[in-house]
Amino acid sequence: MNDKIAASGRLFAALGFALAAFSAAPAAAWEPGKPVEFVVPAGTGGGADQMARFLQGVIAKHKLMSQSMVVVNKSGGAGAEGFLEIKGAKGDPHKIIITLSNLFTTPLATAVPFNWRDLTPVSMLALDEFVLWVNAESPYKTAKDYLDAVKAGAPNAFKMGGTGSKQEDHIITVMLEKTAGKKITYIPYKGGGDVAVQLVGKHVTSTVNNPIEAEAHWRAGKLRPLCVMDAERMPYKAKVTGDMSWNDIPTCKSAGVNVDYLMLRGIFMPSGVSQEQVDFYVGLFRKVRELPEWKEFMEKGAFKQTFMSGKEYADWVAKNEALHVGLMKDAGFLAK
Amino acid sequence: MEQENEAARTGLARRWPEAGVALLLMAGGIVVITDSLRVGIGWADDGPLAGYFPFYIGLVLVLASAWNLFQAARHWKKDVVLFATWPELRDVVSMLVPMTIFVVAVAFLGLYLPSALLLAYFMRRHGSFGWLATLAISAGVPVTAFLLFERWFLVPLAKGPIEAWLGF
Amino acid sequence: MEEFSNLMHGFSVALTWGNLGFMLVGLLLGVLIGVLPGLGGANGVAILLPLTFSMNPTSAIIMLSCIYWGALFGGAITSILFNIPGEPWSVATTFDGYPMAQQGRAGEALTAAFTSSFVGALFAVIAITFLAPLLARFALQFGPPEFFAVQMLTFCSFVGMSKDPPIKTLAAMMLGFALAAVGMDSVTGQLRMTYGFPQLLKGFDFLIAVIGLFGIGEILLTMEEGLSFKGKSAKINPRVVWHTWKELFRYKRTFLRSVLIGCWMGITPGGATPASFMSYGMARRGARDKDAFGKGNIEGVVAPETAAHAAGTSALLPMLTLGIPGSPTAAVLLGGLLIWGLQPGPLLFVEQKDFVWGLIASMYLGNLVGLIVVLTTVPFWAAILRIPFSIIAPVIVVICAIGAYTVHNSIFDVIMMLVFGVLGYLFKKLRYPLAPLVLALVLGDMAESSFRQSMLLSQGGLSIFFSNWLVGSLMVLALFLLVLPGWGAFKNFLRAREARGA
Repeated sequence: MNDKIAASGRLFAALGFALAAFSAAPAAAWEPGKPVEFVVPAGTGGGADQMARFLQGVIAKHKLMSQSMVVVNKSGGAGAEGFLEIKGAKGDPHKIIITLSNLFTTPLATAVPFNWRDLTPVSMLALDEFVLWVNAESPYKTAKDYLDAVKAGAPNAFKMGGTGSKQEDHIITVMLEKTAGKKITYIPYKGGGDVAVQLVGKHVTSTVNNPIEAEAHWRAGKLRPLCVMDAERMPYKAKVTGDMSWNDIPTCKSAGVNVDYLMLRGIFMPSGVSQEQVDFYVGLFRKVRELPEWKEFMEKGAFKQTFMSGKEYADWVAKNEALHVGLMKDAGFLAK
Repeated sequence: MEQENEAARTGLARRWPEAGVALLLMAGGIVVITDSLRVGIGWADDGPLAGYFPFYIGLVLVLASAWNLFQAARHWKKDVVLFATWPELRDVVSMLVPMTIFVVAVAFLGLYLPSALLLAYFMRRHGSFGWLATLAISAGVPVTAFLLFERWFLVPLAKGPIEAWLGF
Repeated sequence: MEEFSNLMHGFSVALTWGNLGFMLVGLLLGVLIGVLPGLGGANGVAILLPLTFSMNPTSAIIMLSCIYWGALFGGAITSILFNIPGEPWSVATTFDGYPMAQQGRAGEALTAAFTSSFVGALFAVIAITFLAPLLARFALQFGPPEFFAVQMLTFCSFVGMSKDPPIKTLAAMMLGFALAAVGMDSVTGQLRMTYGFPQLLKGFDFLIAVIGLFGIGEILLTMEEGLSFKGKSAKINPRVVWHTWKELFRYKRTFLRSVLIGCWMGITPGGATPASFMSYGMARRGARDKDAFGKGNIEGVVAPETAAHAAGTSALLPMLTLGIPGSPTAAVLLGGLLIWGLQPGPLLFVEQKDFVWGLIASMYLGNLVGLIVVLTTVPFWAAILRIPFSIIAPVIVVICAIGAYTVHNSIFDVIMMLVFGVLGYLFKKLRYPLAPLVLALVLGDMAESSFRQSMLLSQGGLSIFFSNWLVGSLMVLALFLLVLPGWGAFKNFLRAREARGA
């Protein structure tokens, strides 16, 4: 059915052809001939959804595309619904999808048949960091305090809130368990915003929220960041709270918590599209990256600003996939 | 239905659909139970497994349907209550058949053309509209839907080969 | 009274001719979205978003939030006229609203629905204005066990009252729970009952079931009863509004109770849909003439509409103060806030005074303008019932198909809608009640995950449901409501036996 939709624009193309014959304009590069469907394989309000709606907004605001962009949430089966849709839309250049780690985790955990190789990689937008958070009233001031307490406590005494089951937050929790050598109870919630609020309400002991999900509560003095799960500190030096910036959060490695994890925020297209069509979107997102709004958004969410496209991007995705296979296997999350 | 003629008093006995629905629900319950057994119906250290609740839901569904089936069977001979008379059922079928054809057509032809055809069929078959009115309304509704949903709200609707040929 | 001066300041920000114009645009669009099943607030925001970039954030959020009010108002219209809930929270409105329309009282039902919506919203906004910090703190009390207790309470307030055969009620309810379980289990991440079909991954959407069971099912029933909607004799009298208002004064207690339920469910955030069901159930329990419900009792329209709108409005509070959206539309509004560089959270009230109080003031104004707008359209909506059945029936089928399709852009859903339609017809004829099925479908998923999250927290101990006063009292209340009808039935049974013995 999607192939049929793909034939869109023919009537306008025919009209346009007649006009073009008069104006004799040079053949322009490919451009979308109808509204572009921007699939979000997650629910409304989450990190991927926020980014997609933000992109939709700034692209419309700066008129970077003549056609409009429509955000469609397809969150069924931990995002499988969205990925299967793109997989099935072979050759349709009017569909793109934003990914989160479920690009790798969902097929591994549920055995739903799709793989990133069924899609065409367009570009990486950014990488999302993970921060270990506790309630501001809790006694743990550093990641070391926290780790020691987990080690000293009874198994399952610590409760980690996270988004979804057998996905990124759950994987990180298992990595933490391995480091501490103690079981941590993992409670899956629907969305990152809920998780942060559950920590503010002290229903869980800690979370591994992305910066943007917990920033407001941190600024309000309700939450405390312990460490960031990356090889280096975050670069943003502007103060968020009275005395701390994102840059002041130490890395987990330096605190003896050997956990390192980043999440892909990238764009994919269906397979079977032409290089010209891919180039259009690569160019589009390159233009977005130049906008002041984007820079502000990156800083607010303390994203790691890496941009990749083409082969470099595909190679990175392949490497990240291999990493996830290993992590999921270690955690025992592979579908039986 | 106030006329007490012969045709109105005969019809489908209630026991048939009663038994049919009970059997259908029972089958549904069995499907649920089967898959719950696959994912595990036990109670682990940290709460119920994924199949725990569905298993009992399926079980209760099967038992409740079995009871309903038993009730229908018990009164099988005595049950003279009509589900609906034949003329009534004919009216229902006269709606259900075009609706089913419509849904099947939507799957192959997209939404617009079957909608126009459904409207035209109804206005001619059940109403007494002239061809002009029929044409105006049956074309007007899909066009309105197109403008409203696709152009204004940017919500894509199902499209088929004809729309593709026209270039939408 | 710092809030009061803030609010006055808010009015001075919000009350400009330009903003009133934006309000009107937002409201009309919202009503349209509410009327058409399958369109949600997200679609409305999508078309208005590009417009908002040239405005200041306050005007923009006023317009966007008015879509939200409009959708809340509009959801009731198709529920009452055609038994098709345009939005999930208007399902409970069909129970009495549609019978009223069938009796030729569509205008009355619509007036009652709109007025109740307004009252619900008004009180919720008053609560937000003066109690925001307190309410936000209350929302933080809610963890998984508390959520489970609330869901349990919703369920218990609703079940056990029906006059339908109990075993059939049970079967319908179990079917609802079973349908809710299809798809991914959010706690273990396992797929359940999908049997390898990709179409089943997303589970059965509530809206598709409701469009089929109520909308298509009703058309089949209407066909059987002879080719016309009974409501066509509806008198269109502009004075119906005044008459209805006079009658509505009798339901002060229903209003109060529904507002409380709605605000509470909106803030926690339990959602507008459970709120409407709980409120309907409570109204029926509290009423002297319980049998009047479901047959066109105006109180059965007042209760769910008041609660749904109160919940929908107060759901904006956790969004603003905590950054958790109480509904998908609130989630999209949240996205809007981020684009304007406003970060929702505990500090929004401190850092963005103009914006927050402008928004709150616009809630008062938006709802008042909304009420006037929708009330003036009552005769228009009632007139729709005069369109011949041979036109309106296929139009409804087409609109239902569009609604079912747009939920997930899936043809499979359109087929499911038809299946649910036939099921709805059979169920109605065979006296299987639809309400418990729908309620189980809404709550099943949520209740199961809250229960299992609680079990993870307590490592399998059920005592967590009585671990503090809040969850404990909710559970006790729920269990009490569950047992109550059983006790009543038992007493009746004894009485009947005595009578027979005598």
